[in-house]
Amino acid sequence: MIERAETAVPSIAQLNLDGYVGFANLPNQVYRKAVKRGFDFTLMVVGESGLGKSTLINSLFLTDLYSKDYPGPSHRIKKTVQVEQSKVLIKEGGVYLTLTIVDTPGFGDAVDNSNCWQPVIDYIDSKCEDFLNAESRVNRSSVSDSRVHCCLYFIAPSGHGLKPLDIEFMKRLHDKVNVIPLIAKADTLTPEECQLFKKQIMKEIQEHKIKIYEFPDMKDDDDNKLTRKIKEKMPLAVVGSNVVVEVNGKKVRGRQYPWGVAEVENGEHCDFTVLRNMLIRTHMQDLKDVTNNVHYENYRSKKLAAVTCNGVDITKTKGQLTKSPLAQMEEERREHVMKMKKMEAEMEQVFEMKVKEKKQKLKDSEAELERRHEQMQRNLEAQYKELEEKRRVFENEKVDWEAQQRILEQQKLDASKTMEKNKKKGKIF
Amino acid sequence: MASTDVARQPDKGARPLSLAGHVGFDSLPDQLVNKSIYQGFCFNILCIGETGIGKSTLMDTLFNTNFENFESSHFEPQVKLRAQTYDLQESNVRLRLTVVNTVGFGDQMNKQESYQPVVDYIDRQFESYLQEELKIKRSLHNYHDSRVHACLYFISPSGHSLKSLDLVTMKKLDSKVNIIPVIAKADTISKSELHKFKIKIMSELVSNGVQIYQFPLDDETVAKVNTTMNGHLPFAVVGSTEEVSVGNKMVKARQYPWGVVQVENENHCDFVKLREMLICVNMEDLREQTHTRHYELYRRCKLEEMGFKDTDPECKPVSLQQTYEAKRQEFLVELQKREDEMRQMFVQRVKEKEAELKEAERELQSRFEQLKRLHADEKAALEEKKRLLDDDQSSFSKRRAAAQLLQAQSLTANGKKDKDRKNSGFM
Repeated sequence: MIERAETAVPSIAQLNLDGYVGFANLPNQVYRKAVKRGFDFTLMVVGESGLGKSTLINSLFLTDLYSKDYPGPSHRIKKTVQVEQSKVLIKEGGVYLTLTIVDTPGFGDAVDNSNCWQPVIDYIDSKCEDFLNAESRVNRSSVSDSRVHCCLYFIAPSGHGLKPLDIEFMKRLHDKVNVIPLIAKADTLTPEECQLFKKQIMKEIQEHKIKIYEFPDMKDDDDNKLTRKIKEKMPLAVVGSNVVVEVNGKKVRGRQYPWGVAEVENGEHCDFTVLRNMLIRTHMQDLKDVTNNVHYENYRSKKLAAVTCNGVDITKTKGQLTKSPLAQMEEERREHVMKMKKMEAEMEQVFEMKVKEKKQKLKDSEAELERRHEQMQRNLEAQYKELEEKRRVFENEKVDWEAQQRILEQQKLDASKTMEKNKKKGKIF
Repeated sequence: MASTDVARQPDKGARPLSLAGHVGFDSLPDQLVNKSIYQGFCFNILCIGETGIGKSTLMDTLFNTNFENFESSHFEPQVKLRAQTYDLQESNVRLRLTVVNTVGFGDQMNKQESYQPVVDYIDRQFESYLQEELKIKRSLHNYHDSRVHACLYFISPSGHSLKSLDLVTMKKLDSKVNIIPVIAKADTISKSELHKFKIKIMSELVSNGVQIYQFPLDDETVAKVNTTMNGHLPFAVVGSTEEVSVGNKMVKARQYPWGVVQVENENHCDFVKLREMLICVNMEDLREQTHTRHYELYRRCKLEEMGFKDTDPECKPVSLQQTYEAKRQEFLVELQKREDEMRQMFVQRVKEKEAELKEAERELQSRFEQLKRLHADEKAALEEKKRLLDDDQSSFSKRRAAAQLLQAQSLTANGKKDKDRKNSGFM
């Protein structure tokens, strides 16, 4: 038995602590557990061959993801679009990270590139599908997250604008995964060209209503300033390098040209540091959260809605999406019961009406029959009476006439008797 | 708490790689922690114990605040639960705490059903979470988790052993919630009695197969302290919100004529240990255990009850969609069957009624025929009579005519005779 206090929407009281309790230690507990669990992250890189994707990955993670033993996709011979993943375990400061890099060799390389995004979409969906199945099992074990958390899209540094393929790809993927567009090989653009290029790209992105990954507003004002700075630099122009060169006595990663060294980690040369800080040091967790709370949930609700609202127009059934499919079925069952009741009542009504009609007709026929019978009876009776009358008259006539005849006969007899008498008397010879 | 926050084995397919420098992902735990702090934490604690055993006081002491407390009577007809939610903040950490107290526990004469309201409450919170998880459009990250994370079971300080009510209740709850038994009002037991009491309680729990919450030993940082604490279970606690001056400080204590029991003195009671274990060290683990063990168990049972399986009869794995689709098919078939049955029934009734009416029609028809025949008979009889009359009339006419003729003849004969007579007379 529950008192009202539990079910009523509570106006939650804010209480002050009079002393040490200790739950301020909760974050540490969370920290410990997180470190113990380890982390995983899946990063997808998409772009035409030769834009420096593999090099950038190596630069970002300061490792040789692709080496002689594990050659990168650019060294592969086949050039059809595939999706390939490489999984590595890296450790830093006691923190283990299982990093999965998903590459798309052959993207945009064919002559006809229509649908070259399909393998990418299929890959992302299949990972969501795996996760959905794993989390929907009856017996769930700890679910490892292999969903794609971030997609770095490499834009060729033409300096003009986005290509149709770029626009098409981003439009198709922006509600499936966090898309972060990058200007690749930015060391071919001067800062001014780069600025114009960025402006143009952002304009086109807005025109086509492409939703690229948005940096969330932070609680801290300082962090917010940082976030805004990053936003202004979008899309980030990056340069990658596998080679370490010496500049002013320092060893840095860079690209050596006759005219100088383009340093990867120099903020004035390119936005690589911004990308690395954002992607790895500050927003990695948020990318995972957005994937989990937004993109995955989108996928899941579409998938489950298709199951329950088989063929029914989704827009009409928006309200039903707040239930689980089973609750949905329960509701439909109740509706059906009501519908049947109504149908039954209607059919009953029609039935009764028809029966009444028929019965009425019968009654009328019966009445008609009675009436006619009655009429005929009366008719007959009348005829009878008439006949009786006729007979009576006739009988009377007959009786009278017979009486008359008898009188006449008597007279005749009397007359003949007198004649006989007279004859006898000789009066008449 | 997403399913990804579950303890996981490191991926076997990942090859280890060494880094040439500082990448920076060691900030990941901090990113996670920052997010958690931003969202705020949530903790739900259930206190089970007899009326007056000190549940509310202990809560007040533990959280150093004043929760709304209701004085309960001993005459509650049934066990009830009262839940209250509060927002607390300590430094930059916000905690939404829900305290659930039993009301009237142990007061009834017949205590057989005493545990049921508690079990129902816990199940209801699980159910609520499960429903949210199963929705098509769900928002788990915003969901206010009301599942019970810890259950403090207050044992009466009899000094002897557990009551049967205690064993029965704890047995029913040990697979649903993390049970932390505490000996209440420990200031009524002496140290030696306490030691024996604790041993007795633990052995009774073990022999009855009651699984209480063990502080986790898998994290090296806290394994040592947790092991020690596990050995002090159950904690003997004293609660007090009143302050007494001891030395030159004001401490929380209970003043007796024979001395002052200081709540935070580890020699006097295990309050500090409880606070340390429950809040400082293992709060997160309690939450995790609730989610990954107790909730999963509930969910598994519930889904199996509803007919969900992971594999179909041929032992092939079945996805959630397949199960849903199968259920939906079944469901549609059932609805169709019901409709057909109803129609069938109507068709039947219509047939029957039609037969009835046809029968009535036929009856009417035969009556009609009968009357017709009757009428025809009567008409025939009438015709017969008419004919008879006509015959009589015609024969009578004939007679009359004949008689008249005769008369006429005789008259003329007589007349002639008379004439003759007359004539002859004259001669």
